[in-house]
Amino acid sequence: MTKPRKQVHLAVHFPGVNNTTVWSDPRSGSHIDFSSFEHLAKTAERAKFDFLFLAEGLRLREYAGQIHDLDVVGRPDTFTVLAALAAVTDRLGLAGTINSTFNEPYEVARQFASLDHLSDGRAAWNVVTSWDAFTGENFRRGGFLPAEQRYERAERFMRTAWELFDSWNGVEVLADKESGRFVSDPAAGAFAHRDDHFDIEGRFNVPTSPQGRPVIFQAGDSDGGREFAAATADAIFSRHGEFTAGQAFYADVKGRLAKYGRNHEDLLVLPAATFVLGDTDAEAQDVAAEVRRQQTSGPTAIRLLEEVWNRDLTGYDPDGPLPEVDPVAGENTVVKGRASVRQHRDPLAVAKQWRELAEAKSLSIRDLAIHVSGKQTFIGSPGTVAETINRAVQEDASDGVILVPHITPGGLDEFADKVVPLLQERGVFRTEYEGTTLRSHLGLRP
Amino acid sequence: MPGRSPLHLAVALDGAGWHPAAWREADARPRELFSGRYWTELVQEAERGLLDFVTIEDSLAPQSTLLDGHDDRVDQVRGRLDAVLIAARVAPRTSRIGLVPSAVVTHTEPFHLSKAIATVDHASLGRAGFRPVVSAKAGDARHFGRRDVPVLERIDPADPRLLDLFEEAADYVEVVRRLWDSWEDDAEIRDADTGRFVDREKLHRIDFEGRWFSVRGPSITQRPPQGQPVVSVLAHITAAYRLAARSADVVHVTPFETNDVHRILSEVAGVPHVFGELVVFLDDVPGAAASRKERLDSLAGLEFTSDALVFTGTAGELADLLLGWREAGLSGFRLRPGAVPHDLEAITRALVPELQRRGAFRTEYEADTLRGLLGLPRPANRYAPA
Repeated sequence: MTKPRKQVHLAVHFPGVNNTTVWSDPRSGSHIDFSSFEHLAKTAERAKFDFLFLAEGLRLREYAGQIHDLDVVGRPDTFTVLAALAAVTDRLGLAGTINSTFNEPYEVARQFASLDHLSDGRAAWNVVTSWDAFTGENFRRGGFLPAEQRYERAERFMRTAWELFDSWNGVEVLADKESGRFVSDPAAGAFAHRDDHFDIEGRFNVPTSPQGRPVIFQAGDSDGGREFAAATADAIFSRHGEFTAGQAFYADVKGRLAKYGRNHEDLLVLPAATFVLGDTDAEAQDVAAEVRRQQTSGPTAIRLLEEVWNRDLTGYDPDGPLPEVDPVAGENTVVKGRASVRQHRDPLAVAKQWRELAEAKSLSIRDLAIHVSGKQTFIGSPGTVAETINRAVQEDASDGVILVPHITPGGLDEFADKVVPLLQERGVFRTEYEGTTLRSHLGLRP
Repeated sequence: MPGRSPLHLAVALDGAGWHPAAWREADARPRELFSGRYWTELVQEAERGLLDFVTIEDSLAPQSTLLDGHDDRVDQVRGRLDAVLIAARVAPRTSRIGLVPSAVVTHTEPFHLSKAIATVDHASLGRAGFRPVVSAKAGDARHFGRRDVPVLERIDPADPRLLDLFEEAADYVEVVRRLWDSWEDDAEIRDADTGRFVDREKLHRIDFEGRWFSVRGPSITQRPPQGQPVVSVLAHITAAYRLAARSADVVHVTPFETNDVHRILSEVAGVPHVFGELVVFLDDVPGAAASRKERLDSLAGLEFTSDALVFTGTAGELADLLLGWREAGLSGFRLRPGAVPHDLEAITRALVPELQRRGAFRTEYEADTLRGLLGLPRPANRYAPA
């Protein structure tokens, strides 16, 4: 008897407002027309994907006090576009990133409960935090939260939202015309919550939704973020798409579950992944290299360096050598509204390393920027990509993948047509949806 | 010549209808009130009737018969879905009718609402609007825990605390509107030669600074297809008339007789559309609607009254009333069906044909945006160079 094969979970991320998305490609469509969202969602549903995923950013990115204009700019409201997508799909999960800093639990809980009702049980919430006063300027509350409290607020926020979801227990709505009882319990929806971030009480006004609660995603990668996920999340949106790092991350977070009384399968690990397909592996490599050049134009390469150098480098030729000046130490004042800035902990060391690399390989600024940006996660023929994804799942580097196409909205079409059938042939991906809810697609307990 | 202009009609959707016992009618579908299909079918019915728009009620607390706080009743509909999300869910399944959800502005963020309504406008190709709602309820405030609102034992129109809440709502709408304009229509340039996706000279900070909050901008969402989606305001008191005069494209008012119309019109001068608001119970046979309402009243154990005139009668009698008030200066009506689907279908299948026979209502949709249906031009962007 063969060991039962793990099933692969597949999701698609609507292309984002960063340079992964190649807007200059002639096939690249609108990032705001609903038809683009509908196209991607219908492709994903045709291919029996688990869900579609939307990121969120609440202030347009800025460089040196001006709006960053080199990448896609602008996107719809997360909840609203997902509710509209519920009208044009039947089974596809609808996952939205919603910030816990610039929202309040009552409102977010009723929006997710509403989305879950309106989609017949397909809502998911990727809980993120932010703290910066820069984003806060768009909100009446402003930048009120100290950085070190953001995970704490996120955790309290989510627990508060759970209390609201659970304030109806699924049986109160009788709607019994004969007896005249609409609800069975006059206290339906009653809640009272008090902690150091939230002090609220009253009645929640959305009855229990089909999933009870939306599926919960978490994307934090720090030790605190992993612990938060192990304690509370249904799935992790992971950054570790590479095989070896993926296995380590997978073992780490799954190993944290037991202390919360949770099982191995109660938390899915789903890394984000880019991909390029070709008829052969060699052709795919060529296409992938070209895509990377499109993703990193000369001006984009200069901006990438500015993230490290923390100074204006617009005078430099992207096809020339790296700057000889050193980065400006201290808080990065050039780039605002982008998470990756915080990853460059030691700019001087990074600059030194990049200069040495450029010298050794004779790389221009643009070549270097392309080089350090890394390759796409999956590059190859449909057979190669299908096997790479399957191996990662079977050997516990992941439970599936969240694909990030670089073309909007048709960037998933080829994957749906060519890779998905190969996974289905291997018996590791569904050929029909078995259940109606996202929780069911993901094999999570109701 | 206000009397000659075509009448505009909207319908106000709320649960199973506005009568508290409506959910018990034989044709009511109370178990489906929390489903996308229910709302889609209601709006599709309104669209078959060629109505200008639907509104969708909302609140940040369960429905209650009390002025403030929950009433512990189990015999009426309790619970509702977020109205903006209902509008979004309906948008792809309809094609011509306007979608105007209510949104409580007292406790929410104008930045979030602005992009949400812009997104409904994108998803509906130009049919969105919203109705800002002020919450003066301490119970709602306790759901948020961010601020106190005054406990109002009764609504006193001159109460300065109430006036402040409406002033704040006007600031909120101002922010929403500025954010809609914070992207010029042609901001997206996709200039491959310079590598620029947008012309950042065409993205604008709004830099709103008011008594209650400040908002920087620009929006994260592109300018909606209508430029400015439609804002409608329900108004019974001077503070709300002022909000409407400052902020609204449509004001819903509640005359009980023709003389009220004249008085109210003087309060809302400058608002492009003044719609009369009525709860309607309609039947073909004279007297039948009144008996139906009496039957519902006895089921509910109370005589249903409302902040607006409660009309019972035939479609012909209602048409007489509406056309009379149009002569007095109203440009349209928002009708609250007493019971759904009965009174909604009576509006679309009896009242509308009656008005069409009298030459007072459209026989086909003449525009594909809500502003277009209301005869409002697409406005220039306040931040674009003239």
